[in-house]
Amino acid sequence: MLNTNPPAAKAQDKLISHRVATLPPSGIRKFFDLLSSMEDVISLGIGEPDFVTPWHIREAGIYSLEKGYTMYTSNSGMPELRQELANYLELHYGVSYHPEHEILVTTGSSEGLDLALRAIINPGDEVIIPNPCYVAYAANIILAGGIPVIVPTSQENNFVVRGKDIESRITKQTKAILMGYPANPTGAVMSKKEADAIADLAKERDLLLISDEIYARLVYGVEHICFPSLPGMKKRTILISGFSKSHAMTGWRIGYVAADRRFIRALTKIHQYTMLCAPTMTQMAAIEALRNGESDVEKMVQEYNRRRRFMVKRLNEIGLPCFEPKGAFFAFPSIKATGMSSEEFAEKLLLEEKVAVVPGLAFGACGEGFVRCCYATSLPNIEEALNRMDRFVAKHKPRRK
Amino acid sequence: MKEILEILEQNARATPEQISAMVGKPVKEVKRIVKQAEKDGTILKYKAIINWPKLEKEDIWALIEVRVTPQRDVGFDAIAERIYQFPEVYSAYLVSGTYDLSILVRGKNMQEISTFVAEKLAPLEQVQSSVTHFLLKRYKEYGETYHLPKETNKRLPITL
Repeated sequence: MLNTNPPAAKAQDKLISHRVATLPPSGIRKFFDLLSSMEDVISLGIGEPDFVTPWHIREAGIYSLEKGYTMYTSNSGMPELRQELANYLELHYGVSYHPEHEILVTTGSSEGLDLALRAIINPGDEVIIPNPCYVAYAANIILAGGIPVIVPTSQENNFVVRGKDIESRITKQTKAILMGYPANPTGAVMSKKEADAIADLAKERDLLLISDEIYARLVYGVEHICFPSLPGMKKRTILISGFSKSHAMTGWRIGYVAADRRFIRALTKIHQYTMLCAPTMTQMAAIEALRNGESDVEKMVQEYNRRRRFMVKRLNEIGLPCFEPKGAFFAFPSIKATGMSSEEFAEKLLLEEKVAVVPGLAFGACGEGFVRCCYATSLPNIEEALNRMDRFVAKHKPRRK
Repeated sequence: MKEILEILEQNARATPEQISAMVGKPVKEVKRIVKQAEKDGTILKYKAIINWPKLEKEDIWALIEVRVTPQRDVGFDAIAERIYQFPEVYSAYLVSGTYDLSILVRGKNMQEISTFVAEKLAPLEQVQSSVTHFLLKRYKEYGETYHLPKETNKRLPITL
């Protein structure tokens, strides 16, 4: 619940940096502990695929160990992997990156995000982020010495941040806009028109865009807009992505950053002093994923899509209205009709019906009144969870006076 | 239509209501498509996959490679039909390579299968030779694994 309820300043441990000491912990810690102590819970609170990494990719990882690929690679990542990434980005989004100078392989997109922010922020620089958004954005900005500036989004706009809302928050200190579409927690995607408006704004006001496109491959019935593919945007966009969601590889920790060489040079400096390189075994698996993993992605997307339609339909039926999420694997229904706060809803639902969802407040103040339900779980699980939620909502329907 | 069939292929007991929600089509439409597919033979049958080895009452199975002489006008089809009509034959395929028909035969015991081969299959005029392989263990069928434990949940209960 970053930035929503800053904790009262406590007596500080002098050995811990002020910045870290005052950084609020993740808002779901208490909830997590409660959940861990319970049995037979159906969790819709997970943020990763339920598929195991496709076998041929796992097998490539095993093979690399068998062959003794246990040494460092180049800081930037294996040349073959960077070449495959360049091909992949060209093929899917029509953006050309030079494999040697414009691509950096990272340990997950999380590292990419951290590097990007640390590489561009001077103390006091402002970075604009939408709200609600992925929990790490604000924390990473603060840790890099910057100031997160929040732009609210709402269900009326399907939780897509609007250019004009960003514009009114631009100051002399504004350095960049950081956003991620398709979005966690809302499942929102950005249309070409909406993306163009933001691209125009970035060009007009000379801002940098950090675009977290980790969910790019998980879109349903729409085309993903890759920011650097928009005219004039490649040189001012730092594209962050990875294999976790597209190829069900969360635990492998493998991602990448693609950007103009001056950014990649800066990011690589930090990366070489902190991470050295992404794990070698993981890079070998990623090469296999790019070379032969396309049909796996398509299969998973098809399966997610069925579950998505099912979940959204049921949520609307049981009185938790939900806009159609066209990306990622989350639905973000409104729980306002129950009269409960999102935390109260999530906690009661867990205790009474043993279904876990994530309170929207965990993703920022604008997430209040909503909960995040992940459909990356089996259909029978989704069905049972929604039956329980149906019972729960009916029981707690506020009585009309 | 393809998507509906794929869902049924994964789970034959998916109800029209469930399928309707998954594919975003009205229930009525789903029912009509399924009925049509049943009628025109696109859906052949609904069956359960039984894990017989679990009950230790498994039948004996054999995979038989058969070399045959194709016949004028009908090629392999006539002899294939002569063979697959036997109730002992569970599956039959025409294959490329060093033999022609690959048939899967099911019997209560070894005796039953050897009788089938010796008395029914081998004496057929077009059958040149056969090689019988008894199945020792089944690992995976119809895309489902038999012996490996199901993938257990290794995910944390909640992640952001």
